[in-house]
Amino acid sequence: MIYYEDIIEGAEIPALVKYPTTMQLVKYAGASGDFYQIHYDKDFAVASGLPGVIVHGWLALAFLGQMLTDWLGEGGTLVKLNGSYRGVNKVNEDIICNGKITKKYIEDGRNLARVEIWAENPGGVKTVTGFAVVALPSRA
Amino acid sequence: MDSVITEELNSLLNVDFGPEVYEVERGMLRKFAEAIDDPNPRWLVEAPPTFAAALVPGQLLNKLFNADIPLKRLLNGSSELEYLKPIKAGDTISVTARLTRLRQVAGEQGPTLFMFTEVTYANQSGEVVVKGKNNYIKY
Repeated sequence: MIYYEDIIEGAEIPALVKYPTTMQLVKYAGASGDFYQIHYDKDFAVASGLPGVIVHGWLALAFLGQMLTDWLGEGGTLVKLNGSYRGVNKVNEDIICNGKITKKYIEDGRNLARVEIWAENPGGVKTVTGFAVVALPSRA
Repeated sequence: MDSVITEELNSLLNVDFGPEVYEVERGMLRKFAEAIDDPNPRWLVEAPPTFAAALVPGQLLNKLFNADIPLKRLLNGSSELEYLKPIKAGDTISVTARLTRLRQVAGEQGPTLFMFTEVTYANQSGEVVVKGKNNYIKY
């Protein structure tokens, strides 16, 4: 469990690496209701000018969400989650999820932290960039 | 540059669509958690962070995505979720959506249209549990 007193501005949180396959995108299409063909039909994706089937932006953001909730554990909660989809994540390659605490502050009696988050493809390109606000328990 | 923002699209601005009502069942949560490959047992009873993506405001999105404009390709530009209360198994969530802004820019491959939406998710007691914002890109 992470406590407000223990976090340091500038510190990175544990990274999470995911490896989505076309099968996972099909499962995600079914679970989310997003059946846009660029996420499972390679011919359609290529005809749309994409390098192949690409990962749903929302799914990449779900990976960033998992990184955050794995780090927070039982005590902390997400207040806000934001992601801009800047690049393409292809299937069958790593998505590396990262986060860095940029600010800790108390607002309306809550212990909050702002975390810069980003996902990278194996080429080091940031494909998703955004931020989260988290509320943390206090040791006091 | 010609405008791709038609009267049809403009007429959707600042109109509430919905509510569309979703019953959040345990099986739905389990399927979503499996699909995002997040093994945290907490997601068997509580919605994981991006679960709101599965509570689709279809009435508005179908109109936006199928609008009769020359731009056919679609990408999701950005998403933001603000959490006011957890969504739990057994909740009934009412989803209301509106288009708040249309913006056309000259992109590298021609005109690009940004469509900004705001979505409100309320539970069976009428409490807003999640607020969402999305930006969709037609190009």
